[in-house]
Amino acid sequence: MISFNKTKLSNGLTVIVHEDQSTPLATINILYKVGARDEDPDKTGFAHLFEHLMFGGSVNIPEYDGPLQLAGGDNNAFTNNDVTNYYLTLPAQNLTTGFWLESDRMMSLAFSPKSLEVQRQVVIEEFKQRYLNQPYGDVGLLLRPLSYKVHPYQWSTIGKEISHIENASLEDVKKFFFKYYCPDNAIMCVAGNVKSEEVFKMAEEWFGEIRRSFHDERKYPVEPLQTEKRVMTVEREIPFDSLYRSYHSSSRFDKEYYAEDLMTDVLSAGKSSRLYNSLVKDKKLFSEINCYGSGSFDKGTVIAEGKLVKGVTMKKAEEALDEEIQKIMNAPVTEAELTRVKNKIESTMVFSEIDLSGRALNLAFAEYMGDAGLINTEVERYRQVTASDITSRANEIFRETNCSTLYYLSKK
Amino acid sequence: MSEEILSRTLAPGLSSIKDFSFRHVEKMQLDNGIPVYFLNAGVQDVVKVELIFRNPTFDVQHPLMHSAANRLMSEGTSQHSAQQLAEMVDYFGSYYETEQSADYCSVVLHSLNKHLGNTLPVIHEIITDAAYPEKELSVYQQNNKQRLTVENEKVGSIARRKFSEIIFGPNHPYGYFTKPEDYDKVSRAGLLAFHRSHYVSDHCTILLSGKVDKETIALVNRIFGKKDWMKGNGMEGTVPGQQTSPVKINYIERNNAIQSAIRIGRPMFNKTHADYAGMQVLNTILGGYFGSRLMKNIREDKGYTYGIGSAVASMMHGGYFFIASEVGAEVCSPALEEVYKEIDILRREPVPEDELQMVKNYMLGSFLKSIDGAFNLADRWKGIMFYNLEYDYYDRFINTVTNITPTELMMLAQKYLAKESLNELVVGKK
Repeated sequence: MISFNKTKLSNGLTVIVHEDQSTPLATINILYKVGARDEDPDKTGFAHLFEHLMFGGSVNIPEYDGPLQLAGGDNNAFTNNDVTNYYLTLPAQNLTTGFWLESDRMMSLAFSPKSLEVQRQVVIEEFKQRYLNQPYGDVGLLLRPLSYKVHPYQWSTIGKEISHIENASLEDVKKFFFKYYCPDNAIMCVAGNVKSEEVFKMAEEWFGEIRRSFHDERKYPVEPLQTEKRVMTVEREIPFDSLYRSYHSSSRFDKEYYAEDLMTDVLSAGKSSRLYNSLVKDKKLFSEINCYGSGSFDKGTVIAEGKLVKGVTMKKAEEALDEEIQKIMNAPVTEAELTRVKNKIESTMVFSEIDLSGRALNLAFAEYMGDAGLINTEVERYRQVTASDITSRANEIFRETNCSTLYYLSKK
Repeated sequence: MSEEILSRTLAPGLSSIKDFSFRHVEKMQLDNGIPVYFLNAGVQDVVKVELIFRNPTFDVQHPLMHSAANRLMSEGTSQHSAQQLAEMVDYFGSYYETEQSADYCSVVLHSLNKHLGNTLPVIHEIITDAAYPEKELSVYQQNNKQRLTVENEKVGSIARRKFSEIIFGPNHPYGYFTKPEDYDKVSRAGLLAFHRSHYVSDHCTILLSGKVDKETIALVNRIFGKKDWMKGNGMEGTVPGQQTSPVKINYIERNNAIQSAIRIGRPMFNKTHADYAGMQVLNTILGGYFGSRLMKNIREDKGYTYGIGSAVASMMHGGYFFIASEVGAEVCSPALEEVYKEIDILRREPVPEDELQMVKNYMLGSFLKSIDGAFNLADRWKGIMFYNLEYDYYDRFINTVTNITPTELMMLAQKYLAKESLNELVVGKK
């Protein structure tokens, strides 16, 4: 049970406080409700580039990191297709420094041309390091547009191509900032050795005067139902053939999500899972195999991916994978399997709550899903899933016409 | 909070961290003599159980012996298959891992307290009755050969492993560069013999953290405290001397690379040395945190890389200092030049007071984080126990970080970071 207090400032900023007097630390987590899905199709990679710029100085503070480090703190951030999340941790007695820094960069950035120029280059190197200069690195760049024809999930957070990042202008940066970086588009969670009343008061002092945004009702294009089997084949300088499949699934907000999550766990979570034991251990067709859901806010995907053992034909590997998929479509998972994956979900949650910043992130995330209190009832929603729920989700998802397949082959 | 009007241009006042005291482990022994260190500081009802075995003498003819023996321990016993063992633990929402490091191997269980009575016996079975089935061994060999073949396509991965070889020498356990064919040298008979002599209670140390009450300890003693698995062949790890490569400039060309991996560094002492804490401060200034000089120059000013960092790595039988980055292939030479320039500045100019203050505060804040929570607290003990250090190691560390001067840092740089003492490796293009 994670306790919290919550308020909303008049400018729309949601403030959550989680008190934990057992730690000398405090964490500030600010989740901005903006991600790669909010990008223009011709300016992809922007939300993520923007995350880098958030460290390039704000209106009153030339540099973000220095003062935080001086206060004994550190920080990081991540961007995905749905959200951009910033978090810092520092000794609790220096919490004010965190409020000073975060409120100033929510108020306005410095918009320094030099910062843009350098961060463009840094992100291009990130693009190369993680997506181009790694074996199998560009899989996401290929698989997403195969699955999504209309919805912005068709591009990765890094962007469709390097040129989009190269072309980002200071004008774009400003527009993006004033549209999305505002209190009514953010959720702040402060956790640690703090007092709720004091935090609420500080929030009002530091964030209270920040402008609301003009408020737009965002609508994302709805991905039309896929009606045909999609296949793509590429050859690359890689040692082993790989198989990737992407199936359309539910969104993180749908009640079906819980059955789907347990379904992928039965298939591939850990050494007791079906795919691992059948395809890696018994049949020795794949050297590794995985199946997981994207958990995204709009309709997501379930991905099945595996690297083939050298010498195994793609046909043989695929048939064996299909056999396992048929099994989970045709027969209910066993009681033992169901209990196992449910217990695992419960303990994973308990373990993720050990870390203070993990608790702060989970609370902010749950608040975005509707209510921070969902964090305490999440296990219950998993507990309610039945074996037949899983069968029904498997039959909905693992249809041929719902599938995009990428054959990623070794150029020989 | 005072009532004065808040200023957005002036940084709020700071209070320094005064209290670095933290909980120490308690010590006891099981009936068979296994030393148990435990830290009872859990809020949640979870417990982490680590069974740690120091690595024996490294045999270059069988370079994968102890890591394979440890990793494959959970792949079947005389009673249960690998899948059954996994199910027996997973069913209770718990998980275990086998961990292999330069100095020791361990089996680690994370369990909810209420299920420990069910999960701990499985760990006991794994450690005392591993059967190393042929079938599992062949899957391990095949898939790890494939994994290594993929790793050998990555400039960063090659650089990391090749640089260890340069620093420690090809026959040293810290420097050995694993090749795919090494997996073929692992045999079932070899594993069984090794297991029987090595995984015995005389070689075992247990670390418990989280919610550790009397029942937890009694349970651990009931399961692991028996005297029927005590004696091995008493092999204690001896380690050959370090043989650092005399070749200072090393280059592995990869024609299709669009980024080059860089390593620059040298052998160094480990945490038992008097200069270790000072070197940690110097390293932090150079490349040990986000605001470091290398990050500021090579990422934040030049944009040559997504990230660059440095570290002083400490192992039981030695250590090394290294700088690591992946940079655009076309800017590899200027990036190297800038790295050397930054090292040179540390040798020639005292660190400005304000920068040093920031680094000190940052390091003390990080230390505070590293003593937060039961698992972190247990790690602080794990970090010193095999070095025969006591907790006053951390007092000395805090003391050095708090008091070290710019002059002392410059002297450390002059002493340990002379350009002629550094080995350089580039994998990619330059």
